[in-house]
Amino acid sequence: MSEIEFLNWVRGPGFQIATIIFIAGIIIRFGEILLLGRKENLAEAKGSEMSSGLRTIVTRSIPDRETFKRSTFTVVAGYIFHIGLFVTIFLFAPHILVFKDVIGFGWPSLPTPVVDAMAVVTIIALLAVLVHRMRNTVLKFLSTREDYLVWFLTIAPLITGYMAFHRIGTTAPTLLAIHILSVELLLVIFPFTKLMHTFTFVLSRWYGGAISGYRGVES
Amino acid sequence: MSEASIPVTTEIKFNIQVSNELTQNVKPLLHEIKHALDALIETGKTSIIDLRSIPLAPGEEDKILNTLGQGEVMAQLNTLGLSEVTETQYAGVWLVTHYNDEGNIISRFIEVTTMPVILCSQTEDILSAYSRITEILE
Amino acid sequence: MTNSSTKDKSLKEKTLGEVMRSQGVSRRSFLKFCAATASMMAMSPAMIPKIAHALESARRPSVIWLSFQECTGCTESLTRAHTATVESLIFDYISLDYHHTLQAAAGHAAEEAREAAMKENFGKYLLVVDGSIPLGNPGYSTIAGISNYDMLMETAKGAAAIIAVGTCATYGGIPHANPNPTGAVSVGELIKDKPIINVPGCPPIPVVITGVLTHYLTFGTIPELDHLGRPKVFYGQSIHDRCYRRPFYDKGLFAETFDDEGAKKGWCLYKLGCKGPTTYNACATTKWNDGTSFPIEAGHPCLGCSEPDFWDGGGFYKALSMPTENITQTAVYTAAGAVAAGLALGAMNKRKKNSAVAAHNKTTTDDLEK
Repeated sequence: MSEIEFLNWVRGPGFQIATIIFIAGIIIRFGEILLLGRKENLAEAKGSEMSSGLRTIVTRSIPDRETFKRSTFTVVAGYIFHIGLFVTIFLFAPHILVFKDVIGFGWPSLPTPVVDAMAVVTIIALLAVLVHRMRNTVLKFLSTREDYLVWFLTIAPLITGYMAFHRIGTTAPTLLAIHILSVELLLVIFPFTKLMHTFTFVLSRWYGGAISGYRGVES
Repeated sequence: MSEASIPVTTEIKFNIQVSNELTQNVKPLLHEIKHALDALIETGKTSIIDLRSIPLAPGEEDKILNTLGQGEVMAQLNTLGLSEVTETQYAGVWLVTHYNDEGNIISRFIEVTTMPVILCSQTEDILSAYSRITEILE
Repeated sequence: MTNSSTKDKSLKEKTLGEVMRSQGVSRRSFLKFCAATASMMAMSPAMIPKIAHALESARRPSVIWLSFQECTGCTESLTRAHTATVESLIFDYISLDYHHTLQAAAGHAAEEAREAAMKENFGKYLLVVDGSIPLGNPGYSTIAGISNYDMLMETAKGAAAIIAVGTCATYGGIPHANPNPTGAVSVGELIKDKPIINVPGCPPIPVVITGVLTHYLTFGTIPELDHLGRPKVFYGQSIHDRCYRRPFYDKGLFAETFDDEGAKKGWCLYKLGCKGPTTYNACATTKWNDGTSFPIEAGHPCLGCSEPDFWDGGGFYKALSMPTENITQTAVYTAAGAVAAGLALGAMNKRKKNSAVAAHNKTTTDDLEK
């Protein structure tokens, strides 16, 4: 298979397969969670569930002081790579074109050198997070194979994307194809891992706020 | 659709902006010429630089040629199209330009030498001239 | 001291030097030709004496040009190479014994000329091929009743080297595009035992074609080739690496449509589908029409025409980062199916839960792991 055939495959059938598994996986898991429902709470409601739940979705983004003091590194590094992922995925012109093609509309992009710098920062943050996980005895004890797999799936598109943009290593079509393939791999494995938190965080944060609000306490 | 409603542009302006830092090959090239002149003086070694081989941004070739300027010698050759051999204001630095039948430049060289080889009469041509002159005298 | 001995030699036996002199071309003109040739082949001027010596004593090789499933664009491109009247010199230099478009002979006479040239120069002639070869049905493309496949295999036997000119001959080109109704294949897929130089492009740049021909005819060797069989001297850099609009790409300044402000300012054409980043050719440096311009400079995105399967890359106006198929449709159908599946699975889970509650089953940590 020539390098262009490889590139055409990942841009064609590969993308189709990844899209199907990704969307089906997310919707089915969401459906299962929502349809499971909750047990009826027979106690009297002391406050509003919904308003507390919705508010908590937003307020949980601010780390509380105790957590920040105890796990400063995790909070800071975590924020850095999450923001970095957002910038590199959603604010880079060629990526916005992909969204435009699939969902029908795009949005303004950031200047390319800015995204390039963010990519480097994000890669460093992800490497730091891995080192921390492996050196901290408790974290190491708790880590499963899935944790390392998910880490790899997240950093691979960043590294291969950087290499494709700067054409490091081999010919341009091959680098681009490997980058797209790494994203497709991420999409395919996504619904079966903890990466689902990308979408389910809304449910968890709502639920936490809701049960507190029901009891009339702060969340 | 009536013709009046179709906007017609009579003047199309292009404003293609090329970065100033694109290629800065003027100074390094002049340095190369300086070293070639030095080699010519010290050891008599001649050098040829192919201007086509260096990626020059628009305007850079003119800058180089303007810097080298025009010297005392300007020769025109009729060799399968025009060729021009001129000595620049720097003795020993020659500019050789080859044109094709349609007047397009097909190659351009900067030669650092006492005289570009193409100006000299060639042995084979001299031999051919001898046999031809012998023929007309017969 | 005279050259009268060469007068008696036939055209085929004369060396190029002798041919040129007999046509009244002075050695000075010959030197100009060698200088232009060195420049065209991107060789150092120090090579000029070597080229002069090699051409001076070289004998006119026989060249057989076979045209298969092609549009004749490559021949058109070749005959537009005006450089240094290299054209006329190349054609005086080589003995072009067979070429559909350029030869005077036709019919049986033409085929006999080809067979005679093959026999006489067996093992030494240069075979140039343009157009792809259909394997689906030999009847798709025949010459004098002989299928392309048969003609290629037979002619390749005595060839010293093969130059595949144009994307059709090198990678299959437009006939090879999805769904490839004629079963078109490239020369490289059929011939495995002869050196092949791939000169792709749709068409290739004229001076690239003549540069490769000249290299082989001058030195008798294949120039250094890349992993797709292309001469590195012309195909070693991608268009993107040499594009004068690169600073705009690096800064993230793109033209959104063909006539917006960005387009007028000459910004990068990535969003309009430019395949420059994944295309290897000499267009950005050597350019077209004797260095006049190339597609991107004229405001049109690169098509990627010197790469395999460039017709199947999703469309010329689809950016490289975009998927080639209709993903929106796939996503909508998948979502619909997934909702149905989700409802079904959810209902099943609920039934399982209810029966577990009814049976007063204990919840274990295994249930929580799910």
